[in-house]
Amino acid sequence: MAKEYQAGVKEYRELYWAPDYVPLDTDLLACFKCTGQPGVPREEVAAAVAAESSTGTWSTVWSELLTDLEYYKGRAYRIEDVPGDPESFYAFIAYPIDLFEEGSVVNVLTSLVGNVFGFKALRHLRLEDIRFPLAFIKTCGGPPAGIQVERDRLNKYGRPMLGCTIKPKLGLSAKNYGRAVYECLRGGLDLTKDDENVNSQPFMRWRDRFEFVAEAVQKAEAETGERKGHYLNVTAATPEEMYKRAEFAKELGMPIIMHDFLTGGFTANTGLANWCRDNGMLLHIHRAMHAVIDRHPKHGIHFRVLAKCLRLSGGDHLHTGTVVGKLEGDRASTLGFVDQLRESFVPEDRSRGVFFDQDWGSMPGVFAVASGGIHVWHMPALVTIFGDDSVLQFGGGTQGHPWGNAAGAAANRVALEACVKARNEGRDLEREGGDILREAAQHSPELAVAMETWKEIKFEFETVDKLDI
Amino acid sequence: MNSMHDIQDYKTKPTLETFGFLPKLSQEEVFRQISYILAQGWTPAIEHEHPSNAADHYWTMWKLPFFGEQDPNAVMAELEACHRAYPDHHVKLLGYDNYTQSQGLAFVVYEGRM
Repeated sequence: MAKEYQAGVKEYRELYWAPDYVPLDTDLLACFKCTGQPGVPREEVAAAVAAESSTGTWSTVWSELLTDLEYYKGRAYRIEDVPGDPESFYAFIAYPIDLFEEGSVVNVLTSLVGNVFGFKALRHLRLEDIRFPLAFIKTCGGPPAGIQVERDRLNKYGRPMLGCTIKPKLGLSAKNYGRAVYECLRGGLDLTKDDENVNSQPFMRWRDRFEFVAEAVQKAEAETGERKGHYLNVTAATPEEMYKRAEFAKELGMPIIMHDFLTGGFTANTGLANWCRDNGMLLHIHRAMHAVIDRHPKHGIHFRVLAKCLRLSGGDHLHTGTVVGKLEGDRASTLGFVDQLRESFVPEDRSRGVFFDQDWGSMPGVFAVASGGIHVWHMPALVTIFGDDSVLQFGGGTQGHPWGNAAGAAANRVALEACVKARNEGRDLEREGGDILREAAQHSPELAVAMETWKEIKFEFETVDKLDI
Repeated sequence: MNSMHDIQDYKTKPTLETFGFLPKLSQEEVFRQISYILAQGWTPAIEHEHPSNAADHYWTMWKLPFFGEQDPNAVMAELEACHRAYPDHHVKLLGYDNYTQSQGLAFVVYEGRM
């Protein structure tokens, strides 16, 4: 029998709290950390989140009766305590796959982290994790090349790649900038990077930068016999301008370009990733603005969600933090989302902040990029933590070397290769790291000087956003 | 502190990728890397090429990859045999990883002469 229309305000939990619901393999699942206003029952808060992020609105409307809301609505199906935090709880919500356009992480985010985050019944709300159904993943393009193809194109096997961001990040002329690139690459780095702030400012227009950098890359390749690259940042004010810069990088024969996925936006990013796939270019992804979104432990979006969205939108490298350097990052949590970038299946593991099994199917992997405040003394720990499928980027740790960029690059390369060789021989890098570096420095004066320069620098503060376990 | 006198000039070196910045590995050290390849379940293989073509993606393959080989000494012997047959070529050891469809390790064991 057809339903009758009753105007008015219903409690959300009448429609959207479904503790008996068994999620389907095709459902998109989300886990939110909810902190409700005092006095609002947990089930009502969870149901409100489910409703406001799917089919519901605050008042019943007659046109609801023209569709089958049972088919389209999101459902809060489970509530869990947050360990050690009596005021918050986890709400698990299942969304039918037809709520989202194929291949659009934009659509997913607009729904899941849209209006609901300003909802008055909540004091705080944080999207902790999303389980993307394989049926959705197969509609996304993903990384333009992926780890395996990038290794083959760049001829880098059996070790992490080495990079560095060119400094000072603002103010260099194009020719001087290219000089800094050339020095790093001839000294042994595989890749150098535009700082995210470098777009096309008056002191260095993008076209001039691209031309001088291309010469630097090609000269370093010819002299070292190794393959090299520089992430040419094509992030721009408009998509048209972005594609224009990408085309020119390709015309110059450069292997890789770069984009800032959060400030540029997911629409721009997905479009650029598709362009890269069509044009045989690698895509490095920076993450400016992420800490605005992911750092507060009770509000916003955890970076593991942003990382998953980036893998779907497309990128071959993504910054993940270093665990050991100057920027925030808890080790277990970082390893949790590094897995999401690189593996084909990641099982639920609360000790790493992974709330769902995630099957990535055949989607290519993304290199994890560790960058920020790291130097040679961190190398043993970085190789252990990040493994081979990573890019280790030493900015100050290369260009701050007393003898200059080339010597700084060589110091890092020697340290990296010594660590990889020792690891392969079965040595414990984190325990014997100091010895391994000191042995390597005996045949590398560049490394010896680097070790002397940075021996006292440590970055040890408590992490602000810790896993609740 | 940083007088020009203390700064050393850095000479660019042709380096042939992984382990190119380490001193030439001893026989014992090569043996340990072969053992690592085998312990990972990868298949050892050898490639060689004249230094003038070293930048190519494809080097010439020595025989076939050593499918099922578990003895590092046998791989050592093949490296040596390849080097003797092509004394002026680079000789590279690699480990094929059939799960990632990549090479888990690759480095030049013998360097040829230009």
